[in-house]
Amino acid sequence: MNKALAAQTETSPFDVESIRKDFPILQREVNGRPLIYLDNGATAQKPKSVIDAIDRYYRDQNSNIHRGVHHLSQLATQAYEDARETVRRFINAGHDYEVLFTRGTTDSINLVAASWGRRFLEPGDEVVISTMEHHSNIVPWQMICDERRAILKVIPIHESGELDMVAFQSLLGDRTRMVAIAHVSNSLGTINPVEDVIRMSHEHGALVLLDGAQCVPHMRVDVKALDVDFYAFSGHKIFGPTGVGILYGKEDLLNNMPPYQGGGDMIKKVTFEKTTYNTLPHKFEAGTPNIVGGIGLAAAIDYVSQFEPRALADHEQDLLDYATEKLQQIPGLKIIGTAEHKASVISFIIEGQHPFDVGTLLDQQGIAVRTGHHCTQPLMDYYHIPGTVRASFAMYNTRADVDILVAALKRALEMLS
Amino acid sequence: MEINRLQDEIVEEFELFDQWMDKYEYIIDLGKKLQLIDSNFKDEQHLIPGCQSQVWLHAEMEDGRVNFTADSDAVITKGIIALLLRVLSGQKPEEIATSELYFIDRIGLKEHLSPTRSNGLVSMVGQLKIIGKNLSKAH
Repeated sequence: MNKALAAQTETSPFDVESIRKDFPILQREVNGRPLIYLDNGATAQKPKSVIDAIDRYYRDQNSNIHRGVHHLSQLATQAYEDARETVRRFINAGHDYEVLFTRGTTDSINLVAASWGRRFLEPGDEVVISTMEHHSNIVPWQMICDERRAILKVIPIHESGELDMVAFQSLLGDRTRMVAIAHVSNSLGTINPVEDVIRMSHEHGALVLLDGAQCVPHMRVDVKALDVDFYAFSGHKIFGPTGVGILYGKEDLLNNMPPYQGGGDMIKKVTFEKTTYNTLPHKFEAGTPNIVGGIGLAAAIDYVSQFEPRALADHEQDLLDYATEKLQQIPGLKIIGTAEHKASVISFIIEGQHPFDVGTLLDQQGIAVRTGHHCTQPLMDYYHIPGTVRASFAMYNTRADVDILVAALKRALEMLS
Repeated sequence: MEINRLQDEIVEEFELFDQWMDKYEYIIDLGKKLQLIDSNFKDEQHLIPGCQSQVWLHAEMEDGRVNFTADSDAVITKGIIALLLRVLSGQKPEEIATSELYFIDRIGLKEHLSPTRSNGLVSMVGQLKIIGKNLSKAH
């Protein structure tokens, strides 16, 4: 815990070359060329400190948590609960028990939709999402709305990829119970005006869930300052391991929600007649959790937290601006998502070219991008496109990566034309 | 077996390419030249859905042999389709059903057939064989 505290108070200078050395995978080659990794929106690479924390846990601490009397179990429990405290501090939650470990963003959203929705959604109530949502923030709401005979409403967007806030205002009404939107769009990079969304929703007595999967790797989130009701994100997109995620929820909301899954750890007392449930956060953490995942996530948060958030944001903004300028010079290239406030994500299409062909030829040149609908099919339908090529940057990317992408893209287009 | 002779022919052709670019330029060229599927068959019924690119496939029996036509919205996928059809189209259904398509691996395009690519080609190879199997039973 002391180490984690120190990590937050002492900042390291933001030096991208030394950051790159912290990520072993960036040294490898793909198809005989140095890897240029621009698929950070899908998952981010892991620094040595995260890999070491995982390794150390299995070598030195591995044990099941919470009920063991023996030494190792106490070590593991301490490490896991320290990890929760690290996350709490990172998002500035009021209490550590408001921070639930889940399997990831998808799991976090499903937890809220199933648990909160089953208890509080009445027939005719309304849930509001937006056109740009990831399928993970659409389908759980569709499922619970079907079950509860509630109504799912969708905020339209502008061509730029920004929420239509006038339309949003008109969607809010007496029956709006939940507004669930992305903090940052995974396909477009749009940073949504979540402060306004939260204020307007609360004025109508609706709760707000933010899908923060694409946000936390790029900027600091303060759940208290935002006054957000639920905040979900994944470990693996913020340089941590896969299979672990976070759901932040306000204490009184979580206390009033029924358990999501039954099993070990979430109970106080079990008899065949009646089971009483454990307190927060354990009520929502049935079964042996992803212990090493939580510990790895904390190591990732410590890693990110050593840098001044402003320096990180400036670096990524520079990459975004530089890449936008360079890509726009390619004839026929159209950037999808031109919001004023964007995270370092660029989706584009090229006239007459299928994203799959472009992605394949970039891969041959050692460049990892994502092609397809990015799990946002309704958004692709809105733009009438089958998908995009998406380059998404992280703190270890450089202008040189952008130059290589642009050169490789030109080569790919020569081959395809 | 005719199918294997055609596969070996393709493998030999590809041995001439030592640069990835030459190989892909050839595949793109094949894709562009792929004989177009009758537009009537470019419908939902003939679609083999894939996550990345879509593939349409049509089969017709003629004199005991299966003629395939196909199309895709991505040109590299079309190029690989052209290679698949060069090997399988015009063959006897039972031979299609029992064929082992080793050429894809040998010419270094195996990645396109890995299930993780989910570009419709895995399903397409599966579909080609199912058609072969069904038609061989029917005749």
